[in-house]
Amino acid sequence: MLRVEQLKIPGLPSLTFEVGAGSCLAIEGPSGIGKTRLLRAIADLDDAPGQCFLDGAERREMPAWQWRRQVRFAAAEPGWWGETARHSINETAGDEARIEKMTLDLGLDPSLLDSPITQLSTGERLRLALVRALADQPRVILLDEPTGALDKASAALAEELIRYHILAGRTVVLVSHDSGQIDRLADLRLQLADPARALS
Amino acid sequence: MSPYVSLTPLDLLAAATLILVNAAISLTFRLGLERTLLLTSARMVVQLALIGLVLKWIFAQTSPLWTIALASIMVAAAGYEAISRQERRIRGWLAYGLGSGTLLLVGTFATLFAVGAVISPDPWFAPRYVLPILGMVLGNSLTGIALALDTLTANAARDRAAIEGRLALGQPRLMALRETTRRALKTGTTPILNAMAASGVVSLPGMMTGQILAGVDPVEATKYQILIMFLIAGSTGLGVLIATFGGALLITDERHRLRLDRLATKEKSPAG
Repeated sequence: MLRVEQLKIPGLPSLTFEVGAGSCLAIEGPSGIGKTRLLRAIADLDDAPGQCFLDGAERREMPAWQWRRQVRFAAAEPGWWGETARHSINETAGDEARIEKMTLDLGLDPSLLDSPITQLSTGERLRLALVRALADQPRVILLDEPTGALDKASAALAEELIRYHILAGRTVVLVSHDSGQIDRLADLRLQLADPARALS
Repeated sequence: MSPYVSLTPLDLLAAATLILVNAAISLTFRLGLERTLLLTSARMVVQLALIGLVLKWIFAQTSPLWTIALASIMVAAAGYEAISRQERRIRGWLAYGLGSGTLLLVGTFATLFAVGAVISPDPWFAPRYVLPILGMVLGNSLTGIALALDTLTANAARDRAAIEGRLALGQPRLMALRETTRRALKTGTTPILNAMAASGVVSLPGMMTGQILAGVDPVEATKYQILIMFLIAGSTGLGVLIATFGGALLITDERHRLRLDRLATKEKSPAG
């Protein structure tokens, strides 16, 4: 269970919400409102006043790296290092068989794991980044536009993998511009609005 | 007496005309460096003339206090140079503290090593030995440290997505910055390795050249140069190591976040 209390992101009112295990919360709101910054703050990648709890343990009670092994942020434009995708995926604690299985589930040939990163398409890289984010089975998954650069068929496969993880008891926080995807995956919604803009 | 030829101001003026070549290059290719060129040339002359007078006076005193005073000024100035020349320097006094602190440490270490274990002048703080050695160590370590920090910050900014990707996977900050610090260490230590490889074949090191021009036996000059080279290599390596990891800690925070907001871009850019 992820609980966020009085989390303060610049330009937004303090946010308080809860997402249980096996549940998916969709964050909605116009571009630039702070959806990505909210996900980054929950992963403790940006400093933000307020509290985030995972099963009652606040993020500052443990080293940040330990928090992020359980509360995983998957960026909309994932970064890569090393020659191949496998190089960086292997830096997680995920086991080989699961990594190859997820790669197949996303419609990718596992040989792509060993291809030079620079030769992969944007869509292939985005899907492999999803594999990397899920490889060590983090408890909470913060997805920022997980299917943004994907065609319909690949996006459907990615959704299927995400849905599998929700059913397996993970907590998902999803930022997506695809309202159909939100309808299909999310059982909770949070609408972000700029208080200043609402008043004018 | 040594066959030492004293230079007249006219000789120096003749040498100064050589800087016109650089000015011509700058004008031809519109580098916009004429002003900088003029100012740095003038600055060099004034600085060297002043230090000549100061050293003459301090050598005459042979006082540990004056030696330490001048040494402190040299360390502080070197620390400032190492940080302020950065393309993207780390904001705040901590960065200058890192630069000066590292240089103080390696400068003290190398100088004490030289006068304590190798040269043993009498008295041990004889400014004639201590200050030139410190100066050479500082000058070279400064280059290494500045290069290492520049590489560190430039690569951290360039590879931000990859570094934050590693942080997001739950890697501690120094592990997430492993490639970045490796590059910084390599770049920082390359010049001194090149200098060691080239010295005697491609270049006659400055100190040795100076001694030979001043009439010292070349073999004696060589021995001193070898000592200095090892001192410089050791202190540069140590300085680059401390500055790189100190810098890595400064561009991250205790919650293992990459803090590129702590980098300032250089305001001054060459006119174009």
